[in-house]
Amino acid sequence: MAIEPALSTHLPGAFSGAALRPDFAVFDTPTRSGKRLVFLDAAASSPKPRSVVDAMADAYSHHYANVHRGIYELSEDATARFEAARGKVAAFLGAPSRREIVFVRNATEAINLVAYSWGRTNLRAGDRMVTTQLEHHANIVPWQQLTREVGATLDYVAITDDGRLEMDDLRAKLAAGPKLLAVAAVSNALGTINPLAEIIGMAHEAGALVLVDAAQAAPHMPIDVAALGCDFLAISGHKMLGPSGIGALWGRRELLDAMPPFMTGGSMITRVTLDGAEWNEVPFKFEAGTPAIVEAIGLGAAIDYLTNLGMGAVREHERYLFERAWPALGEIPGVRRLGPDDPATHAGVISFVLDGIHPHDVATVFDSEGVAVRAGHHCAQPVMLRYDIPATTRASFYVYNDLDDVEALSSAVRATQMLFAG
Amino acid sequence: MDNLYRDFILEHYRNPHNKGTLDPHDLHFADSNPTCGDEMSMTLRLDDSRSAIAEVAFDGRGCAISQASASILTDGLRGQRLDEVRAMNPKDLLDELGVPIGPARLKCALLAYKVLQGAVQGGEVAWPAEAEAVS
Repeated sequence: MAIEPALSTHLPGAFSGAALRPDFAVFDTPTRSGKRLVFLDAAASSPKPRSVVDAMADAYSHHYANVHRGIYELSEDATARFEAARGKVAAFLGAPSRREIVFVRNATEAINLVAYSWGRTNLRAGDRMVTTQLEHHANIVPWQQLTREVGATLDYVAITDDGRLEMDDLRAKLAAGPKLLAVAAVSNALGTINPLAEIIGMAHEAGALVLVDAAQAAPHMPIDVAALGCDFLAISGHKMLGPSGIGALWGRRELLDAMPPFMTGGSMITRVTLDGAEWNEVPFKFEAGTPAIVEAIGLGAAIDYLTNLGMGAVREHERYLFERAWPALGEIPGVRRLGPDDPATHAGVISFVLDGIHPHDVATVFDSEGVAVRAGHHCAQPVMLRYDIPATTRASFYVYNDLDDVEALSSAVRATQMLFAG
Repeated sequence: MDNLYRDFILEHYRNPHNKGTLDPHDLHFADSNPTCGDEMSMTLRLDDSRSAIAEVAFDGRGCAISQASASILTDGLRGQRLDEVRAMNPKDLLDELGVPIGPARLKCALLAYKVLQGAVQGGEVAWPAEAEAVS
């Protein structure tokens, strides 16, 4: 169902976040403390628009049967809707073919698929691969497991004091001849936008394939795998207005074709005898068992919603909010912000520390003000280690946020400081 | 919430009792809260009977709830017999804090209890059922 984006009230080319709130049922209800919900935790998982919930209810109610199996109308209908969702993901990511889209549970599973299937086939003892200190645990732990198992070496690219990748260090790590570079498009912990095109160019020149963890980027800015030239890219549906339990791996066709299955069972075969089995073609080779049919359809509806707004406009909108929130927090004494200053390299994520107040306490006081933020290590403990802090408080913007939320963030910071100053 | 950060909790946080490390000590244990990475250690000295606590100190960094909880818990330990400490009910500590602790913060409130039990039982103990958000 088509959603007409609200017209801009403050920025040419973008939209009003406040005007989108009625699209999200979660904003109908005030918080326990009777306040308006100020939701600043999309980076963990985003609220869902009514159109996504409705599309899923409609699919379950009227179009549900198993896919790729039944020779009857309902199954053909479900299959067509499921495959149409795959097509939406392909278009959203700029993939040349929808056959290059593998449905998985989330970006974590997408990365694990590559680590198990490509990694255990292509990485050998003595080989190297590279990731970075900026990554989410999902883009570190699978590679630690892989390299330990096959006897390969995992190198980490260092990060600067302001949360950017050390490009000289990247150059040095690539010079050692790694087979793969696994890197985030946007840091979930700090909001850093990595210079992907440059990084991918450098990696390919050094002969390494590139896996991009786009879990934190795809919901917030245009992604075009063909233009980027990467080799694998992982996304999670639940961070981009879609349901949990669905995500996607995009991979270049020839790579996917050459890779063995990750999980085996039904649907992913063409023929099974008591002696063995033959694999189905991609993407079905990687989709064993009944998939998350309705979740895929829900993800398709989320992509419709985002595409209607325009991903360029979504990025502009979040940049607009960041450009106001970043200095607003900066001028409050006792606030330490992490990540780059330049709004061109910083997504709508602000990670900060308040002097003398633990992030958990910050988030609890914020909660009493109706402001939902994340406090913790954000599944990026190596980042916390780099700055010698146990945790940060993180506010993250999305389409429904607006200047009133930026103000709520600043006042919540002041309220917290006041309480603890006692 | 303003309940959660009542003056006496904030007072214990700002000026924690029994903070530091006893050297030498008879018992020691350190542990962390996996949800936030907070770390806490506890050192204890036993009295001449070797069956009761003479002195205790905790150290580490963490939120107001975990620090105040450790301050309050350690305050009551001097003179306590080890078997009493081992049988301690975590509910008593939550009661003593006297503030409503939401499910997301229970581990903060009970980290000190877990570290203490690790020290007096000679090794890591599981989180008490009271620390689980789902019960």
